[in-house]
Amino acid sequence: MIEVENLHKHFGAKVAVDGVSFTVKKGEVLGFLGPNGAGKSTTMRMVTGFLPATEGRISIGGADIEENEIAAKAKIGYLPEAAPLYSDMTVEDFLKFSAELRGVPAAELDAAVDKAIKTTFLEPVRHQSVDTLSKGYRHRTCFAQSIIHDPEVLILDEPTDGLDPNQKHEVRQLIKRMGETKAIIFSTHILEEVEASCTRAIIIDRGRVIADGTPDELKAKSRNAGSTILTVSGLAGSGIQAELEKLSEASSVEVLESGDDNLKARILPAKGKAGELSSAIYRLCKEKDLNVSELRIDEGRLDELFREITKTDSEA
Amino acid sequence: MLDALKTLILEFAIPTLVVSAIFIAILVFLLPREVRTIFKRELKSYFTSPIAYVLFVVFLGISNTLSFFFTGILEGGEADLFLPYFQYLPWYLVLIAPAVGMRLWSEEQRLGTMELLLTMPIAPWHAILGKYLAAAVVLFAMLVLSFPIVWTINYLGDPDNGVIMAGFVATFFVALCFLAVTSVVSALTRSQLVALLVSVTICMVLWLGGLPNISELLMNMKGGWLIFWPVVKLINVVGLMPHFSELAKGVLGFRDIVFFLTFIVFCLFATSVAIRLRRA
Repeated sequence: MIEVENLHKHFGAKVAVDGVSFTVKKGEVLGFLGPNGAGKSTTMRMVTGFLPATEGRISIGGADIEENEIAAKAKIGYLPEAAPLYSDMTVEDFLKFSAELRGVPAAELDAAVDKAIKTTFLEPVRHQSVDTLSKGYRHRTCFAQSIIHDPEVLILDEPTDGLDPNQKHEVRQLIKRMGETKAIIFSTHILEEVEASCTRAIIIDRGRVIADGTPDELKAKSRNAGSTILTVSGLAGSGIQAELEKLSEASSVEVLESGDDNLKARILPAKGKAGELSSAIYRLCKEKDLNVSELRIDEGRLDELFREITKTDSEA
Repeated sequence: MLDALKTLILEFAIPTLVVSAIFIAILVFLLPREVRTIFKRELKSYFTSPIAYVLFVVFLGISNTLSFFFTGILEGGEADLFLPYFQYLPWYLVLIAPAVGMRLWSEEQRLGTMELLLTMPIAPWHAILGKYLAAAVVLFAMLVLSFPIVWTINYLGDPDNGVIMAGFVATFFVALCFLAVTSVVSALTRSQLVALLVSVTICMVLWLGGLPNISELLMNMKGGWLIFWPVVKLINVVGLMPHFSELAKGVLGFRDIVFFLTFIVFCLFATSVAIRLRRA
């Protein structure tokens, strides 16, 4: 549905996007992650045809965004980052205006507006002027505008920004549901959102794609993925830490908390021994007759991966 | 007096209303759907905010008061509306037309709605034309509202209403040119104030530049022709006043109308270039 090939964007001497390529198929929800200024919004603005690309090719459902601009744009629903709105219109008028411009036939206009209002919970403010709306309602009004023509492609720049936790949850569910029949790209700073609604995620840093995979694949790439967390008590001078370090399945032991009689530690597996590590630890604790209150395998975390691979940026 | 009123209705009011009706009918029915949608939204927004009303009051206040008190329309004893009234209208329009048009594109940029508008499945010229026409209708309404002065003149004397019509058409063309200039300028800035000031300056130059006294003054300055020669030449080409004067005399010159239309189309094209530049 969305094909992006070797996309570049230069603003004068500044390189904002530096060779980004990806594809999103129908039924996929692609999460865009990256630090501020990484080039996420710029990429989305090029995909929607707002900014011309310096180099590269973008195709939406087979239509090139530059050569076949109107056909390509007709397939897209777009929620810009700041959720801009005409402040002198009512919610309903604004949605009608957007539907008309997006080519919804006159006979279906009212039904389309009703549906979008219902989907984004705008009923209470339907006849209210946009400039009197709270931030959450403003955001949802702009979101409603992007889905009003039931597009095949949805591009959402931080769709949950400014929403309260309940609304965030609703929007994530909505994205997940719509993702079954559409191709969706959305950007976010909130990593749990990626796990909640994406089928795939890419991390962008300084204009380049530095990681691409399903949320599980990405998590598995983080340093602590596959490590075992152990909390034990009743140590009484058992020298458990030294014993753990001696295990052939373990490569290193990192103490997270330690008291007179208890210990919480992260044990990293030796190469190729990740599968056997936790059972070896369990056997050891049983031998020593310790009270194990926690023993679990860490799947890795997206925020860890995110920090690891984008770290140099903040340190620079 | 009854005769004057009859003439007024037959020769001025009815043609004006018919022309307005045709004008608006063309806009509503013949334009592409995209242009119509943008036109309707833009026009509505002029009248849901106080801008249009304030400008109406200011324009009618200035034009009527100044015309009466400074142009000697009453002392002249001659009820020939063209000279005192229409000759001065473009001077006020130098200020009023940019005030009507300053929000066209700068407001879109300030609100960020430009990003929405330009990612809709429409061509940029749809948006440029739709917005321009909405502002043009506001200016048109403003000129139509100056109708009472025509009534007054008809009451006082027996003017040639044909010449009044010509003055009206010429004035409207000049207003459309000023508006087109404002459209370009507002596409280049997100500040309405900057758009207003720059547009007023350019409109002033375009209007005054046509005055023979000004070009002579510039050319006769010591060494002035070195600096001003190219400027004066350019302004003589694009200066609006000669075309206005011809048209307002009641000579519906084909050449002058073509000049005005070319000027407007060129400015609207320049607006699309300006929008493209702002995005790159």
